[in-house]
This record gives sequence, C-alpha cells and structure tokens, in this order.
Amino acid sequence: MELDFGPAVRDFRDEVRDWLADHLVGEFAEHRGVGGPTDGAAWEVRLAWDRELSAGGWLGVGWPEEYGGRGLGLLEEIVFEYEYARVNAPYRATVNALDLLGPMLLAMGSEAQKKRFLPQILAVEELWGQGFSEPGAGSDLASVRTRAERDGDEWVVSGQKVWTSFGIHADWLYVLTRTDPQSARHKGLSLLLVPTDQPGVEIRPIRNLAGQDEFAEVFLSDARTGADMVVGEVGQGWRTAMATLGIERGTTLLPQQLTFEREAEALIDLARERGALDDPMLRRRIVDAWISVRIMRTTNLRTIAELTAGRTPGAQATTAKLYASTRHQQLGQLATELAGPAGQIVGEDYGLDTRQRSFLLSLAETIYGGSSEIQRNIIGEQVLGLPKEPRP
Amino acid sequence: MDLTFTEEQDELRKVVRSFLAKHSDEANVRRLAADPQGHDPVVWGRMAGELGLQGLAVPEEYGGSGFGHVDLGIVFEETGRALLGGPYFATVALAAEALLRCADEQARHGLLPGIASGETVATLALTEDSGRWDEQGVRLTAAHDETGGWRLTGVKTYVPDGHLADLLLVAARTPGGVSLLAVETSDAPGLTRTPLPALDQTRKQARLEFTDTPARLLGPEGAAWPALERTLATAAVLLSAEQVGGAAAALDAAVAYAKIREQYGRPIGSFQGIKHKCADMLMEIESARSAAYGGLWALDAGDETEIAMAAALAQAVCSEAFTKVAADNIQVHGGIGFTWEHPAHLYFKRAKSSEVLLGTPSYHRELLATRLGI
Ligand SMILES: Cc1cc2nc3c(=O)[nH]c(=O)nc-3n(C[C@H](O)[C@H](O)[C@H](O)COP(=O)(O)OP(=O)(O)OC[C@H]3O[C@@H](n4cnc5c(N)ncnc54)[C@H](O)[C@@H]3O)c2cc1C
Repeated sequence: MELDFGPAVRDFRDEVRDWLADHLVGEFAEHRGVGGPTDGAAWEVRLAWDRELSAGGWLGVGWPEEYGGRGLGLLEEIVFEYEYARVNAPYRATVNALDLLGPMLLAMGSEAQKKRFLPQILAVEELWGQGFSEPGAGSDLASVRTRAERDGDEWVVSGQKVWTSFGIHADWLYVLTRTDPQSARHKGLSLLLVPTDQPGVEIRPIRNLAGQDEFAEVFLSDARTGADMVVGEVGQGWRTAMATLGIERGTTLLPQQLTFEREAEALIDLARERGALDDPMLRRRIVDAWISVRIMRTTNLRTIAELTAGRTPGAQATTAKLYASTRHQQLGQLATELAGPAGQIVGEDYGLDTRQRSFLLSLAETIYGGSSEIQRNIIGEQVLGLPKEPRP
Repeated sequence: MDLTFTEEQDELRKVVRSFLAKHSDEANVRRLAADPQGHDPVVWGRMAGELGLQGLAVPEEYGGSGFGHVDLGIVFEETGRALLGGPYFATVALAAEALLRCADEQARHGLLPGIASGETVATLALTEDSGRWDEQGVRLTAAHDETGGWRLTGVKTYVPDGHLADLLLVAARTPGGVSLLAVETSDAPGLTRTPLPALDQTRKQARLEFTDTPARLLGPEGAAWPALERTLATAAVLLSAEQVGGAAAALDAAVAYAKIREQYGRPIGSFQGIKHKCADMLMEIESARSAAYGGLWALDAGDETEIAMAAALAQAVCSEAFTKVAADNIQVHGGIGFTWEHPAHLYFKRAKSSEVLLGTPSYHRELLATRLGI
C-alpha cells in the first residue's frame, strides 16, 4: 500500500524521494538497512551518512528554523520518515539526540540551551547519550541515586549510569540526577546536561549479546557542568524525564515497522526456498508473521491519522510497542528456525548477517524504552484505570 | 488521509450506542435470547425509522442513505458491543450486500427499499450440511420449470435468522454454475423452516428445506459466485467490526470488576496477574480493531484484491481476539463468571458462534495465504 497524504505534501514527498535517490549511493547504499535503535554496526559510515543528511537539510524537518530545522509540520516529518524507511536508508546514528533530547529541549529547555545545543545536534557536531538507567534503577527509574550538588556556578555530579546506548561516542550526556539528597523517589530529581570531555567522566563499553560495543557504563566522579545546564526546573527532573520517555515510546514505530515488513517478505522468500510452505504448521506461523506486520502498519496509520487530524491518539498508541516488540521477536524466531543449521553459523569475529543481527537485537525491544511488563502496568493503570500496584 | 473518524462518525457512534443501551440492555438481550423468534419488531422498526440503520449503506437510489462501509462498521461495532439480537447482521451485512452485488438492477430497485425501510427482514442462504463457505459447498439445485421460472430443491442450513426472514437469497447450482435466487417466504410452497437450537442464543439459525419451491433468478444464470464471494468478504469485515465491539464490551466488564472485587485486602486489578491480563486483552482488541478498520477502509476505497486480503485477515484476527478476550473476561470474574446469571457467557458464546459464522480463522488464513501466493 502506498501512503497518500494528499496533494499538499506530494511535492515534498517527491523532493524527499529525489534527494534520497541521488544521495543514497556508493558506500551509503552498501549500508542500507544497517542499524537499529540499539545497533552500533558500521558506526563511521552511519555518522558520515547523518552528516550527508544534515547537509541536505533533512535533520530536524519539524524543528523551528531559528534552531537550524526546516520548520515544517508533523505530516512532513512523517512523510520523510516513511520515505526514508521505504528506501531502507541506514538507521541514523544521532537518533538519541534527534528523537529524544531535541524534542525534550524544544519542549522544556531554556532559550539559551536551545540556541546552544539544537543547531549542533542538527549539524552532527555533538553526539549525545541518555544517562537515565543505573545499576539499581532500571524499570524503577525513580530510585535514581546519582547525586548532583551545587558548587557556585556549577553542578558537581557523582554516581554510575549504565546501558547508555552509543555511550562511548557521546560528547554530552543528559543525566537524571538527585539534586535534593533528602528526597525520595521521584521528588528532588533534576535533569542535567553534562559534557563527557572531562576528568570526572569515565565511559566503558559493554558488549551486548550480539557481540557489539553499542552500550556503555558511565562513571561520574565529581564531574562538573554549568549551573545553567538544568533542563526544566531544579527538582522537576522526573517530569522532564517522563516527557522524553513518552517521546521514546511514540516515535520510532513507523520506520521500524517498514523494516519488519521487509523482514516478513524475506521470511516468505526463505520459506519458499526451503520448501517450508508445504508444512501446514510452519505455513500457519508464516501467515501469522505476515499478519502481524500488516496489523502494525494499520495501527501506526491510525495513530498518524489521529495526530494529523489534531485528535488525541487512541489506546492503540499505547499498546503498539507491546505488540510490535513481541511479534517482531516471534518473526525473528521463525526466520532463524527456517534458516536451519546454516543460520546458526556466524562469520569471522562473530560477524552476523542481517537476519541474525536483527533477531538477536530484537531481544532488547521488550526491555528498553520500558519493558513489556512495565508497558502492561502502564496500559493497565493509565489506559484502563486499574488500581496502582502497592508501592512500599 | 481519512484513516480516522470524522465528527459526524463519532456522533453516529454515540447515537447508536445510546439507542442500544436502552433497547439492547442485558434484560432485552436475555429476553430475545430466550425467545424462539429472537426478534423485536418494534425495536427493528425504530432502528429503521428513527436511525435509518438498515439502509445506512444502501445507495439513495434504492431507498437508503448512501453512507459508506466505515459508517456501517461503526454501527456493527456498537451492535456487537450490545449483543443485539435479531436479524440486523443477516439483513444488512448479508442480504443487502448480496443484492447490491447481484447484477440485477430490477431486483435492486424492487427489493432494497423494503430492506432500507425496515419492512423486509432478509437473509442469505448459502451454507449446507457440509458447513462450507466456498463455491463447492453449494449443492442445492435450481431448475427451470415449464413456465420459464425456477424451482429450488435441496437443503440450506445454519442460515442466520432463516426462520423469520421475509426474503431469502439462495445460492443454488444451475446448469451454468452457481446462481442467486430470491424466495419470498410469504408465498413459498414446498418450503419448510426449522429453527436450530444453538449454543449462542443471541443469534438464531435455521434449517431450510426446499421441495420444488418457486424462486426468482437474480442476475445472469450461473454467474453469481464472484458476487457472492465479494458479499462474503464485505460481511466478513462487518462481522469483524461486530467482534471488536463484543470484545471491547467484555474487556470493559472485566476492568470494572477488577476495580471493585477485593481479595487479600486489595482490588484484584492491582495484582499483575489480572492487570497484565487486562492489558493484553486491550492489546488484542486494538490489534483486532486495526484489522477490522483496515477492512472497512479497503471496502470504501474499492480495490478488489485489497478487499479480499483485508477481509480474510480481519476474520482471522478478530475471531480469535474476541474468543480470547471473552474467555479472559470469564477468568477475571472467577466463579461468578461461570454462572448463567452473569452476562460473561453470552459474550463468550457469541464469540464462538461468530468464529465459524463465515468460515473459521484457519479457513481465512488459508484464503490469505492463497492471495499472498504462498
Ligand atoms: C539495548 C538497550 C539500550 C538501552 N539504552 C539505554 C540508554 O541509552 N539510556 C538509558 O538510560 N537506559 C538504556 N537502557 C536501559 C533500559 O531502559 C533498562 O534496561 C530498562 O528500563 C529495564 O531496566 P533493567 O535493565 O534494570 O531491568 P529491571 O528493571 O531490573 O527488570 C528486570 C525484569 O523485571 C521486570 N520488572 C521490573 N519491575 C517490574 C514491575 N514493577 N513489575 C513487573 N515486572 C517488573 C522487568 O520487566 C524485567 O523483566 C537500554 C537497555 C537496552 C537493553
């Protein structure tokens, strides 16, 4: 199905298509389909690709022009993302800053912060990491213990963060800290922007189960940042952080779903090649995999249509992540099964092919951005209005 | 893009929901379920007269109001939510659609206005003892008689509301293939109708025996199957919308109970075993809703291949979702959910009967697989 957003954006769509056709060539084209929200593969090429996009004016399509964006609407953003995913362009290395920090700064940052950081993000001059999780604070983010204290014009930050995606590449971190030492839970937290290029910040890569160094642990020992580097109000960091997570839960699904569609098609080809379509049990699972990606598509289109019509998205916007992550894992399980013993052999240095990498990385989709269990709590409590879990 | 509802459509939903809250509340659902006819002509008349529901998607030239299938889908979501008894599905989703597809302008002009005005209760008689929904399942025969008319001989069964329909649209085998014929039951010698007592008492079925029963051929002889197939696809999508509505009502009931029922000193909805089950029910429903709405949009967009795929997908997904959610609703209610007095079983039984009404989920998956070329 072709997405048709009407004549208003047709010219824009053609512009996107033409640009991609002209620029997604050579080395970039060889890296089509590389990456994913947590995939550190081919980092340098991807970074160069992001700079190419930046030069073309395609980063921050919806951001205001005064901060280096294009100042276009939600519809254009969606069209761009859709066309981008349609040609299977490499996943953007700057995703953290583009999809999470940027929108957060736009919504809650000070004017000075916007001026200072947003153009740098769009120019791919500064890379960002999200420092929310800690060894003792994962799903229960309100138990964050990293401390920040005021010392004159600066904040002094100490603590440990973990699972920071692309942490070893980060020039800056946005860090959830406790600024009121007496406070408990979500009170007394603040969101700070901290530069990594200083003695108080040590970042060590952590290898993930696919063999990549894509996330990291971060040790902060009297790390320093300016007093003006608080996003939102001091003590209101919980609100700021939740706003980011809301963004994280919402935006990535449309392009992701196109990737899943491609994987479902590849799955059918593989099944045909292997004669698996004659097996009624497998046949059923193959049809179900196809059905799943179709449902994801319609669900996303419903949300987009509601957003562009200025309506509040329905419950499907909240259930979509749980559905997509679960079904994508099933798709990967099936593809791996169909590939048979050959699919169990990897390349030199644990080199994975696209299918293997996507399958292994899919195991993170039910963990990051709020695990499936946390999603179910959110759906149960915030959408269905069920009573909250008792908390100590 | 029009993949969301307009304000008018929201309004339509509201009006239908409040009408049904009054006329298809639990007491009325149970009254009709216990009644062998299962039909309330007064409510039927008001549905047609006040709300125009029978003719909603019938073009104006045939006496309807010419709305689209997205609008009609909204109505079915609501009738499903309210477990409306009576021949609405049979008349609107099956019979009216078959007439609209049948390549017989005269029949459309003659028969659709009665349906739109609420005067005619109609149904489609397709299935036979084999329970098949495909072309091969049609065995009942129609033969020419001496006057140039047609006569039917054979059996149709599991016919929704066949016991009371004024108008039967019958799929029959003629020398040229499968044909569609109309029988007005007020004047049908050789027709015996037997109600079938069913697990789901909220949707009645009947067995129809034809012995040399006169019938009127609709459209060209032997060429009806493509039109019937398309009718079934449309009905499949509308049934999916009905299933989504039923599932949503079952979830509402589960959630309401989980908020007030206490065990271990706290509401059961605060336990993850129940909370997560309810969250999964919602996820199933929203996915099913995407499937059903995808079908409705495809119907209004009119691309035949897309309609066939979307319909099969919707039936496979929505049938299973409704059954699962209706069963989970019983589970959330515990012992009370297992009683005759509690409405949970009414939804569960409607789910099970809907699951096979137009072909099983496996059948629809197979249709889909074939369309996908796998
Ligand atoms: C690939 C990847 C990239 C990531 N990138 C980042 C990043 O860039 N920045 C960042 O800050 N964080 C990042 N994270 C961290 C991610 O947000 C956390 O892993 C996630 O929130 C879960 O926390 P945890 O790992 O501590 O698991 P835990 O919270 O310890 O959970 C363990 C298990 O217990 C379950 N559980 C926990 N609480 C409950 C509850 N109340 N009810 C029911 N079950 C519960 C969980 O669902 C899970 O199954 C990333 C994680 C991954 C896997």
